[in-house]
Amino acid sequence: MKPHVEVKGLRVTAGGKDDSAITIVEGVDFTIPRGGVLALIGESGSGKTTIALTLMGYARSGCRIAGGSIRLGDTDILGLDEPGLAALRGDRVAYIAQSAAASFNPSKRIMDQVVEPALIHGRMDRKTAEAKAVSLFKALALPQPDSIGNRYPHQLSGGQLQRLMAAMALITGPELVILDEPTTALDVTTQIEVLRAFKHAVASQGATAIYVSHDLAVVAQMADQILVLNKGRVREAGVAAQVLQSPTDDYTRTLMAAARPAPKPAPAVPPAQAPLLEIKGLFAGYGKVDNTGRPEIPVLRDISLSIAKGATLGVIGESGSGKSTLARVVAGLIRPASGAVNFDGQRLPGGLEQRSRDQFRRIQLVFQNADTALNPAHSVEEILGRPLRFYHGLKGAAQRKRMAELLDLIRLPASLAGRACSGLSGGQKQRINLARALAAKPDLILCDEVTSALDTVVGAAILDLLAELRRELGLAYMFISHDIGTVCAICDDIMVLYGGTAVEIGPRAAYQAPPFHPYTDLLVGSVPELRAGWLEEQAARPAPPAIGPALDGADLCRFLPRCTARIDGLCNQFTPPRHHLPGGSDILCHHPEAVN
Amino acid sequence: MSAIVEKKQAEGLASPGWAARLPLAGKVGLGLVIFWIATAIAGPWLAPYDPGAFAHQDVFAGFGAAHWLGSDYLGRDVLSRVLSGARYSVGLAAAAAIAASCTGTGLALIAALAPRWLDELLSRFIDTLISIPSKIFALVLVAAVGSSLLLLFLIAAFIYIPGAYRIARSQAVNLAQMDYVQVARTRGEKAAYIAIREILPNMLHPMLADFGLRFVFIVLLLSGLSFLGLGVQPPDADLGSLVRENISGLGEGAPAILVPALAIATLTVGVNLLIDALPRRRGSKEG
Repeated sequence: MKPHVEVKGLRVTAGGKDDSAITIVEGVDFTIPRGGVLALIGESGSGKTTIALTLMGYARSGCRIAGGSIRLGDTDILGLDEPGLAALRGDRVAYIAQSAAASFNPSKRIMDQVVEPALIHGRMDRKTAEAKAVSLFKALALPQPDSIGNRYPHQLSGGQLQRLMAAMALITGPELVILDEPTTALDVTTQIEVLRAFKHAVASQGATAIYVSHDLAVVAQMADQILVLNKGRVREAGVAAQVLQSPTDDYTRTLMAAARPAPKPAPAVPPAQAPLLEIKGLFAGYGKVDNTGRPEIPVLRDISLSIAKGATLGVIGESGSGKSTLARVVAGLIRPASGAVNFDGQRLPGGLEQRSRDQFRRIQLVFQNADTALNPAHSVEEILGRPLRFYHGLKGAAQRKRMAELLDLIRLPASLAGRACSGLSGGQKQRINLARALAAKPDLILCDEVTSALDTVVGAAILDLLAELRRELGLAYMFISHDIGTVCAICDDIMVLYGGTAVEIGPRAAYQAPPFHPYTDLLVGSVPELRAGWLEEQAARPAPPAIGPALDGADLCRFLPRCTARIDGLCNQFTPPRHHLPGGSDILCHHPEAVN
Repeated sequence: MSAIVEKKQAEGLASPGWAARLPLAGKVGLGLVIFWIATAIAGPWLAPYDPGAFAHQDVFAGFGAAHWLGSDYLGRDVLSRVLSGARYSVGLAAAAAIAASCTGTGLALIAALAPRWLDELLSRFIDTLISIPSKIFALVLVAAVGSSLLLLFLIAAFIYIPGAYRIARSQAVNLAQMDYVQVARTRGEKAAYIAIREILPNMLHPMLADFGLRFVFIVLLLSGLSFLGLGVQPPDADLGSLVRENISGLGEGAPAILVPALAIATLTVGVNLLIDALPRRRGSKEG
């Protein structure tokens, strides 16, 4: 039987039509049988999205499809003219983009946007289309499928929008669905639900799918076949299980190794040392502070933690959990409403104005996105030179010498000093971002999602660098991340934040096996494993048991609305106590022995 | 600190071939700007006749060999009058535009980094100034104090400070939220350093574009005032006065009115072409 999709010798170039053109994708061949799922895997710049877009006969502006053939069913896609392509796109081939939040028109209702492809292509009338949309909403496990279409995009969460976008793509019953990193921007607990919904919906439509991702573990759940790409060329192609279990290509092995960073050995921290950073009963947030020390809109509630000299604390939580706010409070950007922040035995003033230059020097903040954390108007030299002059008074030759040492420390050539930041790669920028913090000779570095914006391989290299710097310089880190794998690799202690409360805090070993706090359990259980079939094994989570109305004004468990282990009459009435688990961690929960 | 910024800017502009890399429109603009600056500086020495002398027997004479651009309504040499008038239009407008843009940007940087109440106070005060009609304000002041070059400069600068402030503040407030500014704050930097080294370089390009616009507005305002007889006073005359005094030559199509009008047009268009084509700061995407 003829394969459903057949791509041969695909070549995409950027720039002019002459010899000056840069080849982005070269010599890519693959076939997908009807109903099959092919995954395109690679780092940014590997050409995976470019290839996926050619299946719609589309090349991004400045690029063009220079050669090869693409066949879908009996249609030669590259032979189609513009009207032919317009009829194809959104009808026979559908595309689901990475950021659904940016793909919906904020001023139109969801339903109008979801049925649009069906109406444009004249597949069905509005009434039939809406009925089909509602059935898709049900298939995608969206809440209130009958009325969700009347809402506006801003009223829905990221995970819901992503599923609604899938509904929009599937409404015309396309033969081929292209999913371009559809879960990358989602929290891990949301991702698992979205993946499950996608898999079910695509399979029930009998559509062929192309899944673009950089995450091997996600791909392992979705794909039958895998195509590993690097710099626009195919490195390895094969059946999913074979590529994942016995990769033949070195590059694939590198990707696999980077996907699950190995735990970095902790340096021998001299024990029983006075804590470097100690936080007690911290409340922070926005708005007026009342007389009990609670802000109007609290972001952090009753946080207590301590980091010893040279130790590393991981802070993990989903978006909105307050983990970045915690780093900002320590850095002095946000004033705590109440509670104490002590640094090296001294009370750390809440605002920037009262802090001494030495306190500034000893705590350095490193942001997630090096693109916005490095001033585009400054060169590498200016960026690194400023803290050297500011804190250490280094000028001229002494400054240049120290700068060369710093660049060496972060494994970048000294010749980079004169360059503008815009010419550097993402990994290089993040290293400069780190070097700026190191230039101060700090005791504590607050790392806010420093590897999240990077490719897996580059991110793993940054993690190695952080671990090495810690051994060499005796630095302490507060390492903030949403990825439990990354946190477990580098941290001694881990704190789990949910809704601004520390639901669990304990040593890394305690996170290897249950018992956990119910939220930690959900978090750990949602990280896909690097093998096929994992998603199917994860039974859909049961709905939380029914409970009575929550007691007004009580300081209840923040996880209560989502908790599947909640107890009526206890969880909705009383503030949860803190328990010590045998594994070594402390949890905030009514269950004396946590679930599992 | 500002000296460093200026030095950097100068280095950026002095790097070899920056003019050659300008797009065609930019080169045209650069040519026009250089031409007008040169005219403003050297004009009075190049003028073939005394601008006040009645050099021609005819009024509103056309182009000729002795008087290239003909004569005006009193028979004075138009070329000489344009050459000496350019100094007032270019010099006065440029000075006023620089004063307005610098003051506006400075106040905006203060507003962006100052406590909220100061920002509010400053912004509402500037809003009050915006509500004053500029022409009426100028007319009242000139009528009350009497026209002088210093007064014209002060009026023009004052009228255009609020506009420059509003543009600069919206830029500065956004830039003050950038991560690199947060990093500088947690480094313990003073507000002055943050304003001048971290924020200012990134708002320079939009402010230059805004400066071009203000310059044009001021040339037109001064020309308008001159046209009403309240601007630069006789016997001196800026380009706007030249248009006004020769208005009766319009029916004849005399060079005496066409040339000064054309001069105003080329000056303002040239400045804008040049500023739009200036190389953007490295790495700034939308700047």
